[in-house]
Amino acid sequence: MERSEPMDPTGAGGGTREVVIGIEIHVQLLTASKMFCGCPTEFGAPPNTLVCPVCLGLPGSLPVLNRRAVELGLRTAVALGCRVHSRSRFHRKNYYYPDLAKNYQISQYQYAGHPPLATGGVLEIQVGGRPWRVAIRRVHLEEDTARLVHPAGTGGAASSLVDYNRSGVPLMEIVTEPDLRSPGEAREFLNALRRLLQFAEVSSCRMEEGTLRCDANLSLQPPGGPPGVRTEVKNMNSVRAVERALAFEAVRQHEVLARGEVVVQETRHWDERRGVTFASRSKEEAEDYRYFPEPDLVPLDVDGAWVAAIREALPELPAARRDRLIATFGLAAYDADLITATPAMAKFFEETVTLGPHPKVVANWLSGAVAAYLNEHGVEIDQIALTPARLSALLLLVDEGTVSGRTAKDVLVEMIAHDQEPEAVVEARGLQQISDEATLRVVVDKVIADHPGPAAEIRAGKVRALPFLVGQVMRATGGRANPEAANRLLKERLS
Amino acid sequence: MAPSVWESARALRAAYAAGTLLPSQVIAAALDRIALRDPKLHAFLHLDSERARQEAVEWDGLYAQARRNAAGDTLPPLAGIPVAVKDNLCTRGVPTTCGSRILDGWLPPYDATVIARLRRAGAVIIGKTNLDEFAMGSSTENSAFGPTRNPWDLSRVPGGSSGGSAAAVAAGYVPLALGSDTGGSIRQPAGFCGVVGLKPTYGRVSRYGLVAFASSLDQIGPFARDVADCALLLNVIAGADPRDSTSADVPVPDFLGATDQPRHGIRLGVPSEAFGSGVDAGVAEAVRAALDTFDNLGFRVEEIALPTLDAALPTYYLIAPAEASSNLARYDGVRHGMRDGSDDLFEMVTRTRQRGFGAEVKRRIMLGTYALSAGYYEAFYIKAQKVRTLVARDFDRAFAQVDIVVMPTSPTLPFAIGERVDDPLQMYFSDIFTIPVNLAGLPGLSLPCGFSAGLPVGMQLVGRAFDETTLLQAGGAYQQATSWHLRHAPEA
Ligand SMILES: [Zn+2]
Repeated sequence: MERSEPMDPTGAGGGTREVVIGIEIHVQLLTASKMFCGCPTEFGAPPNTLVCPVCLGLPGSLPVLNRRAVELGLRTAVALGCRVHSRSRFHRKNYYYPDLAKNYQISQYQYAGHPPLATGGVLEIQVGGRPWRVAIRRVHLEEDTARLVHPAGTGGAASSLVDYNRSGVPLMEIVTEPDLRSPGEAREFLNALRRLLQFAEVSSCRMEEGTLRCDANLSLQPPGGPPGVRTEVKNMNSVRAVERALAFEAVRQHEVLARGEVVVQETRHWDERRGVTFASRSKEEAEDYRYFPEPDLVPLDVDGAWVAAIREALPELPAARRDRLIATFGLAAYDADLITATPAMAKFFEETVTLGPHPKVVANWLSGAVAAYLNEHGVEIDQIALTPARLSALLLLVDEGTVSGRTAKDVLVEMIAHDQEPEAVVEARGLQQISDEATLRVVVDKVIADHPGPAAEIRAGKVRALPFLVGQVMRATGGRANPEAANRLLKERLS
Repeated sequence: MAPSVWESARALRAAYAAGTLLPSQVIAAALDRIALRDPKLHAFLHLDSERARQEAVEWDGLYAQARRNAAGDTLPPLAGIPVAVKDNLCTRGVPTTCGSRILDGWLPPYDATVIARLRRAGAVIIGKTNLDEFAMGSSTENSAFGPTRNPWDLSRVPGGSSGGSAAAVAAGYVPLALGSDTGGSIRQPAGFCGVVGLKPTYGRVSRYGLVAFASSLDQIGPFARDVADCALLLNVIAGADPRDSTSADVPVPDFLGATDQPRHGIRLGVPSEAFGSGVDAGVAEAVRAALDTFDNLGFRVEEIALPTLDAALPTYYLIAPAEASSNLARYDGVRHGMRDGSDDLFEMVTRTRQRGFGAEVKRRIMLGTYALSAGYYEAFYIKAQKVRTLVARDFDRAFAQVDIVVMPTSPTLPFAIGERVDDPLQMYFSDIFTIPVNLAGLPGLSLPCGFSAGLPVGMQLVGRAFDETTLLQAGGAYQQATSWHLRHAPEA
């Protein structure tokens, strides 16, 4: 398979080593309750209000597996084409840390005879305009840890606080094979995976809320040579940060090797502000987690019928959605890509279309004015005061000639900013299009009188100057004149 | 009438209903007796006297009301009956120490499932009983709060780890108590104290709220002075619980009703391995005599083989500590119980655990940590799991041939306080016949079968998974024919 050129981090060429990247992501599952208890998974509640004996790890408490979390894990496995194991087990990963209520984490560890939930899938991404298949090593379920809070302004304080609201929140871990060959591919992979998980309604995948977390490992491999020493990079809070951190790490490793030194296998943290990775204190050197099967949970059995039911009920995935939008509505590939960037956008499009407007017009608006607004404000379509009904109403006003297309773009912004119906915006600001001929004729006559030169040219048969005069009419009416009517009246007067 | 401290729970219940006895009289008598005797015996770590008296008065009223009602007695089965519970069962707002300094002062915010079921059945929980720290031990000497003594001989141990519960029943404090059994912790003290103790099948009773020692082995069970009372309490606590994934969704039969029904043709198997060297002559003699009684009662007694019996003890001492090392990791001073503070987190954790845990608990945490460590996991933990399977298979083979396996509960008589504290292997040996039953997850019933040198001897009946009924029927038949269970410990 053809693919992008191997990255040459120094640009020096010669002896170029290939960048080899593997990704490990943790996503929070869209369940109402935690992995092993009934506490809610809400984000942003006051500290330690969403807790119970189980997620506090109180003596005597026992975990009970959240079936919904298993379903979402299975849905992911099916979407990634993984093999679902008929029996998997949970294990205890033992280590001491105050964010760990029991001082062990319940997770699915891979051990002989104890596979995780699913293994061996694939996710196709686009690399340089061509498809590239990234192998998925494993998908498994585990519980999140609590959150440590270090009171502000108390550097080196004698106390830390622990918020157990996050303790026991369901997580899914997805691990790739080292199949990515550049930081850019890592970015593409993350975007594609996030899109898949969002469309499958498995996770909100919001990195800024921590519902998607990413670790990556990177090594440099000489052409045809053995794999290089890997470093693991952590603490990246956006897709952009992942790309930057990996680019930094590739250059750093290359420079280490160029100096004739060896890369140390270690965990490094990304410092977003300084734009560097640094070795973390070696707390975890050769940590022995003493994994063993969790005796408080019975093995997780998944039969073929369950997997079939999950497959049957699988929401439409991004690629299928895109193809369908093109086939059903005749959308351009560019528009279809943009509309299927997020499930919210795709849903918005389809809901708007059912209200009447022409699909291509809706697509143009979404990929044009609406996308521009979202980009400018850094928000998603489901976070603004625009609804399919309101967009559809706005397009109807354009269609009827009540407002001009140009004015409609201003109305859109006003509607969103003030959470109003388009009619209300048009009414309040007097933005109705002027199609009334008597009114327009007055304006047209004045424009002709003010611009005798262009008027004369047109009378002489040089119609090139006509758009200039139409523009003057628009300007004189604050953009409200019906351009077609203005055009027609100017021609009439100057013929 | 003045209540007799030796009445069964069934007799008390009938007397309450008839109005010949009031719950408040019985509770008061129990608390008086405890106040008088327990300073020496030390069966209780905590008494919930005020609440017990209050609840008893409420039951007085409810019984009086029920007698006036035409509908008759609809009160729950343990209404007004005093019950003692082991101090590793979580009781909401009542201290739960597990016999450990590390939980000193902790008040659980919730009730264990068995506690909730006891309360729903009307039981009056009068207090929390002593135990070896975190249920690790066979004599109750490992309690951080001092040992419990054997009611039959105050210089001897009551067995363990549920020594406090066994002693409370044997001393005539309460007719019923709950214990927990990981490797013999109900049956061995029942044997040492001359009372009835049952470890149900793994999964029969919810473990929710039982402070874990070894999760794959722990099981809660009843103590009583006769088999029928034991069946009564089992009926109250048994049954699936959505809070415990390892609790089994199998029907709960009427154990008490079955106990009264004689069943013929029960076959008993006696493993020759259980009468080998190391078994006290007096113990062996009493159990053999019991087998003769069974024979006379029409039970068929035959010899069977349990060749892996010897391997059970070392297997158990890998699996149980391995699980314990993980279960006890949460005691770090961060969230609950004792904290030995420091500016440095890991120093705080280290100091808290150093001061909070006793020697035996530390020994098992180290054993278990070692058994799970990289490089040793295969040789120890995995191998132990394989042997565990072999032990279970041995029992399966036996149960193809017989209905019940009979062994001594413990190879020894109750030993003197202090005799074995410095010799853990001798202490562990006390459980060689009970441990295999936990490894196989089977039910085991210990009942008094005689005396040697004035000390009680216990006999253990082991049954098929979820077939407690057969054990209770056999035990019931035995107690119909014998009177060992009617003997009372001396009034000290
Ligand atoms: Zn919870």
